[in-house]
Amino acid sequence: MQRATENDSTKLPDERGHFGPYGGRFVSETLMGPLEELREAYERYIEDPEFQAELDEDLQQFVGRPTPLYFAERWTRKLGGARIYLKREDLNHTGAHKVNNTIGQALLAKRMGKTRIIAETGAGQHGVATATVAARLGLECVVYMGSEDIRRQAINVYRMRLLGARVVAVESGSKTLKDALNEAMRDWVTNIDDTFYIIGTVAGPHPYPAMVRDFQAIIGREAREQIQAQEGRLPDALVACVGGGSNAIGLFYPFIDDASVAMYGVEAAGDGLESGRHAAPLCAGRPGVLHGNRTYLMEDADGQIIETHSVSAGLDYPGVGPEHAWLKDSGRANYVAITDDEALAAFHELTLTEGIMPALESSHALAYAMKLAPELGPDKVIIVNLSGRGDKDIHTVAEREGITV
Amino acid sequence: MSRIATRFASLREAGRKALIPFVTAGDPNPEVTVPLMHALVKGGADIIELGVPFSDPMADGPVIQRASERALMHHVNLKAVFDMVRRFREDDAETPVVLMGYLNPIEVMGYEVFAEAAAAAGVDGVLTVDLPPEEADDFVTAARRFDLDPIYLVAPNTGDARIDRIAHVASGFIYYVSVKGITGAANLDAAAVSDRLAAIRAHTDLPVGVGFGIKDGATAAEVAKVADAVIVGSALVGRIETLADTPGRIPEALGGFLAELRGAMDEATTK
Repeated sequence: MQRATENDSTKLPDERGHFGPYGGRFVSETLMGPLEELREAYERYIEDPEFQAELDEDLQQFVGRPTPLYFAERWTRKLGGARIYLKREDLNHTGAHKVNNTIGQALLAKRMGKTRIIAETGAGQHGVATATVAARLGLECVVYMGSEDIRRQAINVYRMRLLGARVVAVESGSKTLKDALNEAMRDWVTNIDDTFYIIGTVAGPHPYPAMVRDFQAIIGREAREQIQAQEGRLPDALVACVGGGSNAIGLFYPFIDDASVAMYGVEAAGDGLESGRHAAPLCAGRPGVLHGNRTYLMEDADGQIIETHSVSAGLDYPGVGPEHAWLKDSGRANYVAITDDEALAAFHELTLTEGIMPALESSHALAYAMKLAPELGPDKVIIVNLSGRGDKDIHTVAEREGITV
Repeated sequence: MSRIATRFASLREAGRKALIPFVTAGDPNPEVTVPLMHALVKGGADIIELGVPFSDPMADGPVIQRASERALMHHVNLKAVFDMVRRFREDDAETPVVLMGYLNPIEVMGYEVFAEAAAAAGVDGVLTVDLPPEEADDFVTAARRFDLDPIYLVAPNTGDARIDRIAHVASGFIYYVSVKGITGAANLDAAAVSDRLAAIRAHTDLPVGVGFGIKDGATAAEVAKVADAVIVGSALVGRIETLADTPGRIPEALGGFLAELRGAMDEATTK
């Protein structure tokens, strides 16, 4: 694996973690030392051939990489437009892209001599991916999860417990992902000496946005090779859902220098952007500082963070990775939003047409691809990041449609 | 000389240590805060730290989080906090007031607008918990333009090079966080604190206050022996929470508690 920041495509972030005006390190003094220690360790081990070999071996043998780049032939024909390929991150061990990053960070934690792992989770995918690698490496694991999300994602909670993790319900604030992140930060600042905090997305203080991106960039590196082998050329567009934005940046990053490749990040429009009940900071928010970095946020006129709404727990976050904020401002990527209803329609569409049940998060990307493909026309190629599988969401889909399972 | 510097100078002359209570503005409702500030001064406060409510107080424990939540139910924003300070100043022109909070509300208002309005209301210093010196150039410039003291935290794991860097941007006083953790957390270790204060004083002549872990007269007295200021937050806010249903009793009760700390500190330092 090449370290992503050595890629010629971009030099960002700068040494203090800035992507233009975004990113940085906005934390209390007690975390400044540990973050610097983490940055140094990360930069050392990512260059270390032994660390790389162990990571590559795990990605292959434990995670099951490379994941296929699947041509959705029936769906393409049905939509009558661009040829649609799905990057099958749903086929990873634990069922989503999250494990690409948790493997990397857990191996790093072991190298740094940390014995305790903590994580925050929204949909539970990152929590499961963290509990999984902690079990495998024999590390103690505590996962913070908003009590509202615990209710929505009961299966994943039980899965984490089976893996030996302690799941702590967070009752403060809106009782969702942002509050779980606050609580994990509080744990970390209190137990810094033996604890490694595995952040699940490309947000948080430097070096997390860069580190998580580098671990997730394997998605885009594989896809770039695969599409050239399968289509003999680069794609015309990439589509990925954006909550914090880790699967999207993982797909986008290796294509950033390919000017002909358009990039679409798809946020959760919830009940609709005009309703105010959504989770789309890039489409409808403004810049601010939260969770250690400057980025686009959902906030009120006083700078208080407001509650977000999405059918998909994994997208229900009021901030977004700072690199996405930068890609938006620079115009390199486009950010759009898809409502709950549109995402659910796409969920059914893919399930019925291709026999692949997508996560509700990924369904947002699929729903946008349904709009984009006919616009682009049949001589074009789209890659959609199918970031996770939908098993965890069956209960939510049934509930919304008034069906008792 | 700033109000904070003047206050520390006169305390030093009198051989006394500063007592700095923290309360969240608007907790449990906006009417309580100004009378409470006066009661704290009467109880022996030398400087008042006023918390600006924030929806996501990442560095605070549950006690201060809940105080923020109570104040936010009344939509206490920066403008409301300035208004409280302005009303406090009508009857108290001398006691310095320091705002303590998180960056985002200030960022949304704009650094210049914030600094000008804060100074005009009678605020003397600002401690922004999640704004380390590395990211603070523009903020410090704005604060200095309006003679606000930027106050900074030093933690147990802050190395010498960083202490030096912090000492260069800070004014007013240095806030030493006595434990690795969040507000309202573990007990403090007085011997370890004393060692760290010596390390900080090697880099600065600014007064050094100690906060986190001070819960009663005994801990306040212990810290007063080694520090220039004793900062007490969660112990006060916890008492406000207990009395939240009878807010009229809060000023007197908290003033009384502070007087206990004051007594214990003075006894410890005049021996």
